[in-house]
Amino acid sequence: MSVVDAPSTTVVRAPRSTLSPRFLASELRLILGRRRNQAGLLVLAAVPVFISIAVKSTLSQPGQDAPDFFRSITGNGLFVALAALTIELGLFLPLAVSVVAGDSVAGEANIGTLRYLLVTPVTRLRLLLVKYVGVVVGAFFATFVVTLVGILMGLILFGGGPMTLLSGTQISFGAGLLRVVLAAAYLALGLSALGAVGLFASTLTEQPIAAMIATIMFSSTSFVLDSIPQVAWLHPYLLTHHWLDFGDLFRDPIAWNNIVAGLVLAASYAVVFFAAAWARFTTKDVTS
Amino acid sequence: MTDLAVRTTGLTKRFGSQTVVDAIDLEVPTGSVYGFLGPNGSGKTTTIRMLLALVAPTAGEVELFGEAMPARAAAVLPAVGALVEGPAFHPYLSGRRNLHRLDAADRTADPSTARRRVDGALDRVGLLAAADKRFRAYSLGMRQRLAIAGALLTPKDLLVLDEPTNGLDPQGTREVRQLVGSLAGDGTTVLVSSHLLAEVEQMCTHLGVMHVGKLVAQGTSVELRSDGNTEATVETDSPGDAARVLAELGLTEIHTTASSATGHLGEVAPEKVVAACVHAGVSVVGFRVGRPSLEDLFVSLTGEGFDVSG
Repeated sequence: MSVVDAPSTTVVRAPRSTLSPRFLASELRLILGRRRNQAGLLVLAAVPVFISIAVKSTLSQPGQDAPDFFRSITGNGLFVALAALTIELGLFLPLAVSVVAGDSVAGEANIGTLRYLLVTPVTRLRLLLVKYVGVVVGAFFATFVVTLVGILMGLILFGGGPMTLLSGTQISFGAGLLRVVLAAAYLALGLSALGAVGLFASTLTEQPIAAMIATIMFSSTSFVLDSIPQVAWLHPYLLTHHWLDFGDLFRDPIAWNNIVAGLVLAASYAVVFFAAAWARFTTKDVTS
Repeated sequence: MTDLAVRTTGLTKRFGSQTVVDAIDLEVPTGSVYGFLGPNGSGKTTTIRMLLALVAPTAGEVELFGEAMPARAAAVLPAVGALVEGPAFHPYLSGRRNLHRLDAADRTADPSTARRRVDGALDRVGLLAAADKRFRAYSLGMRQRLAIAGALLTPKDLLVLDEPTNGLDPQGTREVRQLVGSLAGDGTTVLVSSHLLAEVEQMCTHLGVMHVGKLVAQGTSVELRSDGNTEATVETDSPGDAARVLAELGLTEIHTTASSATGHLGEVAPEKVVAACVHAGVSVVGFRVGRPSLEDLFVSLTGEGFDVSG
């Protein structure tokens, strides 16, 4: 687009800066200030606390049939975070992201504040961008709260020290910590892609609950389809297909194949659904 | 620079097969207080939503201060304050926090003066004392005031107020009228939609009347209300004789009550009426010349009855 000097009318006002963080800051305060979201975070944080206390109080190694990370908890506290992430990935974390993403546009439409934001004016693209960044920050925040509480509880109850990987080799505590952070970031990116689905759903309705349910259904359906061998051809395209592959970060050497595939898939979902949200929202009559 | 703050040409909106706004040519002169009238459901709010680029027109064009909408919305709308179909805020935030959120979304607003401007706007609508209450605890009148405050966070060249006195008590209604008056005095153009005729009558320089999606009348309020139908009323003991005199003079649409006779003056000079009555021996107890009320005009344009149009 070419830059043309604005006509010399008195009313046209230029933005003070192209990048204004004020609206984003306000959005983040809005998300984090909601009682509902704070209560949700408490539930997310309670899971690693519960896991660590449960394992500690049995005073013995979890049985051989326990999931991978559980068997390693007593050896190194860092595994509490990974066990908690594994458990919460099925429902709690996708639900948290669905709530924030589903509420993003539909929530404002529902109470009518959307029209006031748009006439302020906030351009529709900028509104979607700020809303999506809010969802992404929310996804990272939720994932890292689970991870940090898991690490803290693990270190308090089981101690740290070198980490024994799933493949049997040992790495230093620092390297182990780094891999836990990488795993959390990988999952947060996958959840952010789900957030784009939620953002799109949120532009389709004025009922935030409907958008939230649609989004959580989307992730649950992905998990279900991923477990049905008859539709194996579909599996590589399912958003959740590579989520549990974060375990590959704890092999030596790291098996990057599935991780990279998961990141490409997440990026594709994010781009496609953000574009769909924009296409829908930019032409929508706001009559709420 | 155009001298029209708002101009629409052939503005039309259809929802499905229903034409809600039908080819209207709205002209709001810069500096005017424009009363946008019409019964419920006549298309006022849809028109306002099109002016503000919330709803895309099916056909026709909108210009604000000569800038095409919605293409130039981002450049023009910062100069426009709007109250659209009632207040809407986050219920669990305080009034002040809600205004700060709106201000944060405005990229043309200066962050360093936000606190002063927000409190100034709250003060202007008399809400400063309740600024830290949650919005959900506000009464309807307080909510309406907060929405007006939201439209005044930065200096505006155009205010679009959709039913601004909805839910306000008589005191609040008067305050809004004074507020509109003082803003207009500063040179702000005001487009105020309402179905409350008395309030519009007292503050508007221009009028537009909507009926079933069409703009059935538009002009200065003086023009519209003196469309050759000024009324003269003779109060008398013998209304029948008076009516006869009025008819001889050429007045039209004459009707009588037990103590008066009334007719449309047309081209007849008012002073002739009294002289003629006295000359004919009709005792004149009182004499009144008046323009029809806005309500008469409104009813004559939009019809009587309780039907919601459309």
